[in-house]
Amino acid sequence: MTLAELATAVSTRYPDVVVAREEATLVVAPDDLLAVLTWLRDAPGVQLDALMSVTATHWPDRDPSFWVVYELRSTALAQRLRVKVGIRDDGQHVASVTGMFPTANWHERETFDLYGIVFDGHPDLTRIMLPADWSGHPLRKDEPLGGVPTWYHGALMPPIDERGMA
Amino acid sequence: MRINPQDRPVAPFDPSGDVAEDFRDPATGDFRQETMIINMGPQHPSTHGVLRLLLELDGETIIRCKPIIGYLHTGIEKNTEYRSWVQGVTFVTRADYVAPFFNELSYCMAVERLLGVEVPERARIIRVLVCELNRVTSHLVAIATGGLELGAVSMMLYGLREREIILDLFESLTGLRMNHAYIRPGGVVMDLPEEAPRKLRNILDILPGRIDEYETLLNDNPIWRERNMGVAVLSAERCMELGVTGPPLRSAGVALDLRKDEPYCGYETYDFNVITRTEGDAYARYRVRIDEMRESLKIAEQAFARLGETPGPVMIEDPKVGWQSKLSVGPDGIGNDPEFLDHIMEESMEALIHHFKMVTQGVSVPDGEVYVPVEAPRGELGMYVVSDGRNRPYRVKIRDPSFVNLQAVPDLVEGGLVADIIPAIASIDPVMGGVDR
Amino acid sequence: MPVERYEGVQLGTTPEEIEDEVERGVLLTTLDRAIGWARKQSMWPATFGLACCAIEMMATGAGQYDLSRWGMEVFRASPRQADLMIVSGRVSQKMAPALRRIYDQMADPKWVIAMGVCASAGGMFTNYAVIQGVDTIVPVDIYVPGCPPRPEMLMYGILSLQKKVRTEEPFK
Repeated sequence: MTLAELATAVSTRYPDVVVAREEATLVVAPDDLLAVLTWLRDAPGVQLDALMSVTATHWPDRDPSFWVVYELRSTALAQRLRVKVGIRDDGQHVASVTGMFPTANWHERETFDLYGIVFDGHPDLTRIMLPADWSGHPLRKDEPLGGVPTWYHGALMPPIDERGMA
Repeated sequence: MRINPQDRPVAPFDPSGDVAEDFRDPATGDFRQETMIINMGPQHPSTHGVLRLLLELDGETIIRCKPIIGYLHTGIEKNTEYRSWVQGVTFVTRADYVAPFFNELSYCMAVERLLGVEVPERARIIRVLVCELNRVTSHLVAIATGGLELGAVSMMLYGLREREIILDLFESLTGLRMNHAYIRPGGVVMDLPEEAPRKLRNILDILPGRIDEYETLLNDNPIWRERNMGVAVLSAERCMELGVTGPPLRSAGVALDLRKDEPYCGYETYDFNVITRTEGDAYARYRVRIDEMRESLKIAEQAFARLGETPGPVMIEDPKVGWQSKLSVGPDGIGNDPEFLDHIMEESMEALIHHFKMVTQGVSVPDGEVYVPVEAPRGELGMYVVSDGRNRPYRVKIRDPSFVNLQAVPDLVEGGLVADIIPAIASIDPVMGGVDR
Repeated sequence: MPVERYEGVQLGTTPEEIEDEVERGVLLTTLDRAIGWARKQSMWPATFGLACCAIEMMATGAGQYDLSRWGMEVFRASPRQADLMIVSGRVSQKMAPALRRIYDQMADPKWVIAMGVCASAGGMFTNYAVIQGVDTIVPVDIYVPGCPPRPEMLMYGILSLQKKVRTEEPFK
């Protein structure tokens, strides 16, 4: 089973699978997420039964601005697929996949902690990396890096995100 | 509009993290009186770093366990967005600091996949060699600290002694004992020095005998067996549900090793076995690690033999992609090779320009996203790297195996005794730098 | 008689030097020196390994670079029994209160070594998550730079601390 065959099998149901740089990606709407993941897990010839990682990227200039990324792996076929869901910044929630994949528990908590994306149906959506009373979601692009100015050879260097690197 | 985390009911300010709000009895809303809620960590001699465990105990039996992490959160992922692609290696290598080469390898393979370049063959062999030796050192640390925590103090001394021999090689190769920043996008930063083959030969001759010593010390030791056999059992099915990979999964019988199933870096051409056991307990994981060390030495032996037959560059030739400096031990104390300095200062203006642009601006990577998994000593280590076409990463996400494996801790310890937490966590072998990043 | 110089403290016998010492108020009596010697002889570090520097600290305590040459291989887990806190590794925002609490629990006399650049000044991580130097929350006696510092560097830091302990006033 090669990646092309997997992509073909997926495209019978979801035709906009994209294969680039030896990886397959599928973009879905937030409302269809659980249905898509269920189909991907159960369909013969696809069998993407293991969730490896849940993360997000923030694109402030695009709409929708948050892209939640699920990395799936098929244990039987040893192939991978990426599923992406676009979330707007205005408080749109996305369904939690912890019911299907218990491993997503901490991944979704981390994504909530660092981006502020709320996963509906998560058993315990609290901060995991930062202190419980922290305000803000640091990995968003509109949050600063938060460094301090540093003395270096007699000059005061501003923090890295204010230095104007090329 | 920001999501306000304070919308959820939050317990009174607890400076050290979450409190045991969900340990309340749902019927009465209060904490049960017959059980104790005890905190283990974050500063604890046996929790493998800054891991905090909230335990609800009935006598010595654990009714409920909640791991709390985040005490080593360093913001590595955010930092990489403000530095160039090559500088990202130095950040990423400090995530899982016991096995730094794997972080670097995964990141560099991701960058190379985005760039669409192939590294030279000699660089791939060197990468395999150092990664397998790093796997040996990582398993040595795991077994050494596991032994120390259970009372086998001499195991700690032996394990770290062997590790010193391998770290000596790493130091002559990369300049540092840990956190090397040696594997860079395009290859590795410098070739093996003259004394490396002798040191490598020494390692490959000594280590197998020493591993036999560890087995003699621990395998049939009644205390070791009592504390580890039947403790922290995790079935294969539960492992797959929780996303646990690496030695815990292989000790439960599932022969999943990314070096065999999704080979990278030329692993399909090396001859080695995937070690599995069936019991799924802490003792099985220990045996898996011991045998994996032997397999790694086998691979290192093959890589060493191939190095002799594969001359060539270790960094990609394209000066706009590869880091073209050479390093050597010299009088300036910084490592610049005098020959290379001559070349860029005296001989070739073009080389000077390329070097300058490479160091100040770095390489520009076409936009796109990739996810590259490697088989780290603790499981599947993946890097999800997103580029938007500039000379800095847009997003680097480290899928760390310890982060996912630690989710299995409640399953391992609930229903058992407090003293069984130690071998349970030692057998999972988490490295908190990778967990918290 | 040769003049010994430690960290700016002069111990000698020429009249000018004795005057200097009296002015500065650091004339150590024999008892003070004895107490200082006893304190530095067998300091027990607290297990405070946080990150990569902790692995180097373990390597320093192991067989090849042996800390028990100076009586320090006994890493006490309980802060009540420890007198040296080697902060080895990056201190995150979440860990800082715990670190301060451990420092407060340690009994006097106590000393702190900031091992590595992350503990000394934040290291390469000048960002939201890392405390920019552990001396913002606890008083530090010795800073050992490095990322991570070699075991020899840590040993030099420990020996410098022992010199400092030997020559400081025991009861201030």
